[in-house]
Amino acid sequence: MKRRTGLILVGFLLWIVVYPIAIVILESFRDAEGWTVTPLIGFVREPSEWSALWNSVWISLASVVSAAVVGIPLAFVFEKLEFPGRRILGALVALPAVLPPLVGVIAFLFLYGESGFVARIITEVLDLDESPWRLRGAGAILLVHSYSMYVYFYLFTRAGLAKIDSSMTEAAQSLGSPGFSIFRRVTLPLLKPQLGAAALLAFMTSLGSFSAPYIFGGGFRVMTTRIVTSKLNGDMPAALIEATWLAAVALLGLVMFRRFSGSRSVAVMSKGMAARAATIRQPMARWGATTIGWLFAAFLLLPHITLVLVSFVPLNGWSTEILPSSYTIANYITLLHEPERLRPLWNSIWMAGVSTILVLTLSLWAAREIVQRKVRLRGTIESLLNVPWAVPGTVLAVALATMFSVSAPWVGRWVLVGTVVILPLAYFVRNIPVACGAVVAGLRQIDPSLSEAAASLGASKMRTLWRVTVPLIRPALLAGGALAFVTAAGDFVTSVVLYTFETRPVSIEILGALRAYDLGMAAAYGVVLMFVSAAAMVVGTRR
Amino acid sequence: MQGSYLKVDGLTKRFGDHVAANDISLNISRGEVLALLGPSGSGKTTMLRLLAGFEQPDSGSILLDGIDLTQLRPAERRFGMVFQHYALFPHLTAGENVAFGLSDLSDKDAARRVAEVMDLVDLAGFQHREVSSLSGGQQQRIAVARALAPNPRVLLLDEPLSNLDPTLREKTRTELRTALKEIGITTIFVTHEQEEAFALGDVVAVLREGKVEQIGAAPELYENPANKFVATFVGRASSLDGTMLENGRVKVGEGVEWESRPAAGVVSGAAVDVVVRPEHLSFGETGLAGVIRSVRYNGARAYFTVDVSGENLEVESSVHSASVGDSVRVSASQAYTFVKQPA
Repeated sequence: MKRRTGLILVGFLLWIVVYPIAIVILESFRDAEGWTVTPLIGFVREPSEWSALWNSVWISLASVVSAAVVGIPLAFVFEKLEFPGRRILGALVALPAVLPPLVGVIAFLFLYGESGFVARIITEVLDLDESPWRLRGAGAILLVHSYSMYVYFYLFTRAGLAKIDSSMTEAAQSLGSPGFSIFRRVTLPLLKPQLGAAALLAFMTSLGSFSAPYIFGGGFRVMTTRIVTSKLNGDMPAALIEATWLAAVALLGLVMFRRFSGSRSVAVMSKGMAARAATIRQPMARWGATTIGWLFAAFLLLPHITLVLVSFVPLNGWSTEILPSSYTIANYITLLHEPERLRPLWNSIWMAGVSTILVLTLSLWAAREIVQRKVRLRGTIESLLNVPWAVPGTVLAVALATMFSVSAPWVGRWVLVGTVVILPLAYFVRNIPVACGAVVAGLRQIDPSLSEAAASLGASKMRTLWRVTVPLIRPALLAGGALAFVTAAGDFVTSVVLYTFETRPVSIEILGALRAYDLGMAAAYGVVLMFVSAAAMVVGTRR
Repeated sequence: MQGSYLKVDGLTKRFGDHVAANDISLNISRGEVLALLGPSGSGKTTMLRLLAGFEQPDSGSILLDGIDLTQLRPAERRFGMVFQHYALFPHLTAGENVAFGLSDLSDKDAARRVAEVMDLVDLAGFQHREVSSLSGGQQQRIAVARALAPNPRVLLLDEPLSNLDPTLREKTRTELRTALKEIGITTIFVTHEQEEAFALGDVVAVLREGKVEQIGAAPELYENPANKFVATFVGRASSLDGTMLENGRVKVGEGVEWESRPAAGVVSGAAVDVVVRPEHLSFGETGLAGVIRSVRYNGARAYFTVDVSGENLEVESSVHSASVGDSVRVSASQAYTFVKQPA
């Protein structure tokens, strides 16, 4: 009885998570003749492929570094210093998190692009003939990446600092260590697991990043854009081989970052007082910190403001002026009144909603197997739950596209590509790690004797689940659900591979509007998506 | 033991290489309160979890009124359980906690039953209080009320008083004892404190390393310990080496012989473990020579630790009978002797 549900779960995860990726890898070892390694070797011989892979790797590493350079000092400032506005600013600093990748990218385009606000202002002020720069290539990608990924370092470092017992640094002080030595020998080593986790997250996100290279890349090609191009051009064998290589690099990165950060968390060994923030007393320093804080917040908020501003611009209403000459709410009215315009929004919401419900159900099941029943397979289950995370979204999309384009029910394959099922299913698979991670962690914090108490009072398993377990882990369910919903609603990378005209989500429509140079419409969709995401996050973080 | 109600037969549970319960057998009469007493790691909590059904035994059986329960799930056993940290549902009120096991009853009947048991634990009118707003003692009583509400056939308590402060502990102990006897419920509880075991339990089972060392009422355990472990774990006692003599006395030093109560298997001439209680030791002109190392005062009486050639003996005597550093001689009116256990 016990063993069977665990086995079913492992079977299900193997089918939906491992099997598609295995198909991709196996297929890349095959051509019309049979088994071969020729295409894989061919990849190495092809300079354009090779340089795309190298681009992917170095841009990801550079993104990790630049995100760390912004995020870590910022976390120290907000955790250790007290200055006016610290609380509000501390919350604002997490704002990039509510911008879905593609929306963030177009906001940057409107703001820093060659015909964006900043370029226009500089052109005007310096009386130039043309834009002083073009937002293109590696630099542009890196800029977007550091904007959206420093949040990982900021949040993880703050969480780590909050957990470090002040008695540890005080112990170091009482042993006579000077300030910097304490930082180097006590604080940093204690933060290592958090920093490692943030670095890994930034690396994997960059490696799988598609929106920024797709919009800004120009001639600068990375693996994700190559895979999608191959797939959209109908060259499936090439897409599979490229996906295999990218997956291999992702796996290598995962192993190396894990090795660096170690798996043990050392920061929570004792319970005690968290360090208090030091109040800055000197007026000048106080003003300095406050000004820098607000300037930084303004910089972070600029993309959001830009997006809102552009969303009020009518078609062709912004050509040469610094600011658009006319504003209208027509974009929003069109969006809400034309069925074909509303459809992508509705698609995104229902598909994200369905995938979120599915992934929460799975996460409850998995958490019960891992935490409460302690099945022997729990290690296996936990690893399987993390697999989609180790695989870039493009690879996953290509894998699902391959797996579900063949009708072979006896080996668990059906034709789902082109149906309404495939996108919610893809969102579901992508969100398995984040939702299950939250719910498993949530259930771990619950005293196991609570469900035993329910059982000893005669409660059935279902009653225990609904009356005890679910209410107790509600915060974890909400948080995991909100993250899953936001990721799914704003998804671009899997959608671009798997959408059909009827099931096109908002991101695809944004791209369409952008291509038609209907900037206002694109921005309006972006604003709606931004508010939907923000609303979901508010629900998800409520206690 | 006539008319055993709950019968545990040869219960064994292993966790990997560790044997947490080793062939344990117990018989408990209806309405009896049994204490499982043992140091930490003795397997007493495992025993309780096996009874509750949270763990499945590797072998052995649990019978209630002659019916085998071993395969039943916890929810089917109708055993009430009070957890060490109470395990009250934090998202429910006190009353909702108590009513949790009453889902078979109508709302009206459930409310009546809740009021009844809350009255029993002296918390009438606390139904709508948040669990977190209750004191430790109140939480403990809500946990007891919750376990009792569905009229369980057996009540299991895991260290029921360990989370209360010492002053509250004694009062709660008395109230709990009264309540258990009033309902007449068959009860098994786990504790590592002998005082608690003796005060609450009709019968005490002493556990060590997954085995039952001895079962009996408090005076029996104290006066007739079955082995050295029970003798030293139940009540205070010191131990030293000796040799059994033919006259039934035990020789503990050159020319020093004490009255002894030999345990089963002790033969004359054998090397034995000698265990003496402080109240059986006294200072005098003869006996083992030693030096007072420390004194612990306890009202009019005091416990003296006496160093007798490297072994420490604890002697109970009047406060002024000796002081630290004095050379004394110690003799015993009675000592237990046990077959020497391999160290």
